[in-house]
Amino acid sequence: MSAGFSTGLWSVTSSRAASAMGFDDARHLLSRASFGVTPAGIHALEALDYAAAVDGLLANPRREALTPAPGWIGMGPTELQRRQKAAEAQRKQGVDGKKPEIVLPVREQGRELRNWWVEEMIATDQPLVERMTLFWHGHFTSSLAKVRYPSSLFHQNALFRREALGNYASLLRAVARDPAMLIYLDGRGSVARQPNENFARELLELFTLGEGQYDEDDVKAAARAFTGWSVDRESGQFVERPGRHDDGQKTFLGKSGRFGGDEILTILLAQPRTAETIVEKLWREFVSLKPDPAEVARLAVGFRGGGYEIKPLMRALFLSAAFRDPANRGALIKSPVDLIVGSVRVLGLPIPEKTGLVRMLQGLGQVPFDPPNVKGWAGGESWISTYTLLLRQQFLRRMIEATTVAPMDGAMRMAERPNRRADRREQLPAPETMQMMDPPRPVEGRSLRNAGNEVRLGPTLTGVDNAVLLRALLPRQPVDGVDASGTAGSVVASALLDTAYQLK
Amino acid sequence: MGRILLLVELKGGNDGLNTLVPYADPRYRELRAGIGVPRERVVQLDERVGLHERLEPLMDAWKAGDLAIVQGVGYPYPNRSHFRSIEIWDTASAASQTLSEGWIAQAFRGARLAKGIGVDCIVADTNALPSTGPSLRTIVMQDAENFLRQANAIATESAMTDGGNPALHHLLAVRQEINAAAVGLRDRLRDAPAPAEAFPQELLLGRQLDLATRILSARVPVLAIKVALGGFDTHANQPPTHERLLASLASNLAVLRRNLIAADLWKDVVVVTYSEFGRRAKQNASGGTDHGTSAPHFVMGGSVKGGLHGVYPSLSDLQDGDLRHTVDFRNVFATLALGCWGQSYDFGLRQPQRLGFLA
Repeated sequence: MSAGFSTGLWSVTSSRAASAMGFDDARHLLSRASFGVTPAGIHALEALDYAAAVDGLLANPRREALTPAPGWIGMGPTELQRRQKAAEAQRKQGVDGKKPEIVLPVREQGRELRNWWVEEMIATDQPLVERMTLFWHGHFTSSLAKVRYPSSLFHQNALFRREALGNYASLLRAVARDPAMLIYLDGRGSVARQPNENFARELLELFTLGEGQYDEDDVKAAARAFTGWSVDRESGQFVERPGRHDDGQKTFLGKSGRFGGDEILTILLAQPRTAETIVEKLWREFVSLKPDPAEVARLAVGFRGGGYEIKPLMRALFLSAAFRDPANRGALIKSPVDLIVGSVRVLGLPIPEKTGLVRMLQGLGQVPFDPPNVKGWAGGESWISTYTLLLRQQFLRRMIEATTVAPMDGAMRMAERPNRRADRREQLPAPETMQMMDPPRPVEGRSLRNAGNEVRLGPTLTGVDNAVLLRALLPRQPVDGVDASGTAGSVVASALLDTAYQLK
Repeated sequence: MGRILLLVELKGGNDGLNTLVPYADPRYRELRAGIGVPRERVVQLDERVGLHERLEPLMDAWKAGDLAIVQGVGYPYPNRSHFRSIEIWDTASAASQTLSEGWIAQAFRGARLAKGIGVDCIVADTNALPSTGPSLRTIVMQDAENFLRQANAIATESAMTDGGNPALHHLLAVRQEINAAAVGLRDRLRDAPAPAEAFPQELLLGRQLDLATRILSARVPVLAIKVALGGFDTHANQPPTHERLLASLASNLAVLRRNLIAADLWKDVVVVTYSEFGRRAKQNASGGTDHGTSAPHFVMGGSVKGGLHGVYPSLSDLQDGDLRHTVDFRNVFATLALGCWGQSYDFGLRQPQRLGFLA
């Protein structure tokens, strides 16, 4: 099977300029800090000094999305509810006894919002910022399913992006006042008379200290402290209602006072466990499945001591010996977003409408704006079950066949050249308008698998030597054996279907 | 022996007080002034408790004596975190102890299982923890046809080892499970008849029970099947959501029962509900309930001894505002392990009790 292909390709390369990081380090850094690794991406980094490359990745992080926002992000909750009710009534009424196709605004905005972010992850020039945005979304979870007010989740997403590599303390304080969070964890209805514990509990258990670091009385005290923080029904903005705040004496983590929400957050930020919780989670996301407690403690001390600046922490993480340890290459499992967004980027596939991708993300267990529960995505080995492994392979087979088969599940199809404007202009092009803008021009007769060098593999893969192609696509030797002597198309196809492609 | 366990996880923490309602207790009206189930909406079971009227579809089973309700199920030192508490249930651990092996897998530790068909448990939802462990082979699938089609396309053998990479090790192990199960399931599932009566399809539970019914009618020799219904975390404006969930649960279970009776399988199946916790006795200001402790659970099947089991927790003797459990869930599991599979296992209980719901 692996004729003409030696495992030596993956061994650490030998002679190079003293400061140049080389192919393997560059590949590894990109596989963890970007979405999808391309030969061009590796080429741009490999001659650089490693620390300089890391600094480059972290310099001037984008604070706003590239993709234009959907048009409805200023809509208040009352207005959205009014439209939703009207649409529901219209639908119930029906036309001539038939159920009309009425678009429900909450569902439609949710669909557009998910598509918008997937578009941004594919289009962005700073994938690390999107990765961090997704990380904070998985940490400070809120879901459309519960919140049912998409514009609040858009603004929460903007907050995560603004602070993606910013400051964790500012982020935490902003999240506690974030309307989507106040709806998601029921803070908006929490009043002195009867505090709702939902936010307080998750704040302690998931956002800061971690389970076992506090007791039930701390949860109750924190819940009282946050009473009165709510959401204005007209504008959808944060509002403080002093009349509903419990101004009384509270004891929280051994400290007593007439605490409000901000004092609770200050106390939490002073706890060493808070920094450790974040560092551990980042370690699992970026380094390996097994955080090294001593290293976590070291990084956490620096994180807290430096006032919770995220950028220096990420720099330290990327520069750590553990991150660069060859044993940790290919030691993480790609998340569904990694797999789907990464593959689309690597192949340069133009996918004007993102609904099909979101549906696939749903099957694989990672829908943006809809984490499975307040703990976010468990990640790691849990990404792969007997069910999802089969679905992943099916998705990849479809990607491979997409060079010939026009529609993919009705939603993914090939256009002659990348056309991302389709999503930007309308967010929801009706099928007719889409065809007018971009008439279907199916590529004739061959899938990646049996195509030669002339096949359009997207700008990133053309003209690259097979061995390099394989080394760029896989973090380690192929598991199932890949014939590197075939055509470029067949090499890419079998690399994508190799078990090692599931790793990063 | 040899009964198949059908686990129904109620995700989010089902409110036991509004499921099996202690309608005769004046304390109930005080605690649930806004969201309590009115007397006229309770289907009376005895002079103290009754089912929420939305559970009416379960009354056929109740009258036939094959619905048992175990009251006050919980555990000491209750944990109110969703994740930790469901882990405690799924691994049958004490609150202070962390285990990684699921309770079904523990019950079969060291047991000699027949090679069977390459799969021991089938999970139709996503949480496979109860059967996770080295003693059992678990497959997660949403529908049989897709599973078989996709399994056909996956590579079968590989000479490669994982080289000490735990992520790759996991991938290869999962692939191995798929291959083994596909071999065993292919012919049986292809010929499985569709259920006599269609399941309601609006929630995933219906589709999952459809798959379960096909597996059962195809006589696939599994130990357990797991399905789930989510959405029980009702912190705010609870009644409409909770009622919809109860109605869906009851109608789906009623269809399941009729299908299995028609297929002459009802005696061979034990259906059990469980949830990470019940909810706080006193409602909150948002018209909802916060995380609580013990709750009643349903056990159904042709060989189940119907009726109320255990004692309803007292509403006047709360512990931190929560119901004290009267039945340890590990006794429920121990009773099931013995009654379904003949496995004697005490799940670390010092004084295990055999409960009366399964002969």
